[in-house]
Amino acid sequence: MTYPVILTIVLMPVVLLGLATVLTWVERRLLGLWQDRHGPDRVGPGGMLQAVADGTKILFKQDWVPPFADRGVFVAAPAIGMMAVLLSFAVIPVTAHAGIAGDMNVGLLFILGMMGVGVYAVVLAGWSSNSKYALLGGMRAAAQMISYEVFMGLSLLGVVMMTGSFSLRDIVAAQAGLWFIVPQCLGFGVFMLAGIAETHRLPFDLPEGENELGAGFHTEYSGMKFGMFFIAEYAGIVLVSCLVTTLYLGGWRGPWLPAGVWFALKTCGVVVFFILLRASLPRPRYDQLMALGWKVLLPLSLFNVMATGTILMLRASL
Amino acid sequence: MHALALLAAGITVMGAIMVITRRVAVHAVLYLVVTLLALSVVLVMLGASFAAMLEVIIYAGAIMVLFIFVIMMLNLGQPDSQREKEWLRPRAWLGPGVLAAIVCMELLYCASPLSGPARLPVPITAHDVGLSLFGRYVLMVELVSFLLLAGLVTAFHIGRHREGGH
Repeated sequence: MTYPVILTIVLMPVVLLGLATVLTWVERRLLGLWQDRHGPDRVGPGGMLQAVADGTKILFKQDWVPPFADRGVFVAAPAIGMMAVLLSFAVIPVTAHAGIAGDMNVGLLFILGMMGVGVYAVVLAGWSSNSKYALLGGMRAAAQMISYEVFMGLSLLGVVMMTGSFSLRDIVAAQAGLWFIVPQCLGFGVFMLAGIAETHRLPFDLPEGENELGAGFHTEYSGMKFGMFFIAEYAGIVLVSCLVTTLYLGGWRGPWLPAGVWFALKTCGVVVFFILLRASLPRPRYDQLMALGWKVLLPLSLFNVMATGTILMLRASL
Repeated sequence: MHALALLAAGITVMGAIMVITRRVAVHAVLYLVVTLLALSVVLVMLGASFAAMLEVIIYAGAIMVLFIFVIMMLNLGQPDSQREKEWLRPRAWLGPGVLAAIVCMELLYCASPLSGPARLPVPITAHDVGLSLFGRYVLMVELVSFLLLAGLVTAFHIGRHREGGH
């Protein structure tokens, strides 16, 4: 391994965790803006240090494991979630050269696999808490995330077919002429919806819907263990935004500005869109969410795969 | 590279032993997940990275989650843990243990230098897998899809029957 790669491996988690922490403040300020109120604006200039204050507070809280919980699994669950998200970033190509393993030949599958492992964090948290709200939240999360993983994988197939590779760097390289959001608009829509469900964000945050489940799977968590769930969720948003940028928005491509800046700008745009969705959409019922997935998104993504395949075959035979 | 593969293989075997000996069902499933992940590392070392990723996505990421989902639904408690303990008497595991030890020794012999120099792994890409699936083995793929469809229809039928309340 070369020196810059090792440096990236060390720096990437630090940068990502910092980013996810700042994102909690950004989200609250933006929600305030869209809901015509102030949001947190007292700590530091414009409230910028709110994330630091929250982090300090959560670090000094008592680290408590409920006596009725399965101790080992209870402690491991947030760590699994955090690890799965951070590992996924290893294959994201920030620019043509930066990144840890951007040209891994099965990069996209690696991310799907890590998302699959990330489900355990939520499910195990729900099971090991040994309380009914947490259990219900965990079961909802299991069903929701497994279902939406299917549509996510299928919606990505169009991109893979057009590129002929699972490597994320090849996928960006294949978008030289036209971003995939244009020919793959159907896949893009399904992927966005699946991405929100996969990170269990509002409006699809049924595993932790507070009006019916307390706090869902993390009801029994407090202190930094809760903080890890929280930060992992925000890192998950950044991950899905990076993926959208890489797969559909041309990755680091763009005129005038350097490649890394374009990547960061596009990712920020998608993150802000995620927050806007939270500010504007109500939460569906759980059965509505599952019905939407299996009755609408599955046929749509299958149609997308079929149509992409047909067009590619026709073009090849001409 | 070689040491890393051996480490992953060791974790696979250890994880598999833990799967059998755990008394809490969820713990056993978690060790099975560890086993599958370690196995996928071995597959990557052998050059079959596509198979390794499928292993993680399908087995570790989906099927095992469904296992845990079912266990959560069943809500197993203390009596089950007691029963598991009774099943783990020497009479039950001695026979399989001896057979597994023989296989292990064969495996060690194959891995040792006595059996000749190890072959270098040839990387197998998704492209190769697709070509052999829909070229040489297309008949097998079709047969398996028949079988899966039959299984799906059967599962659907049985599920419906129960719902009707016969």
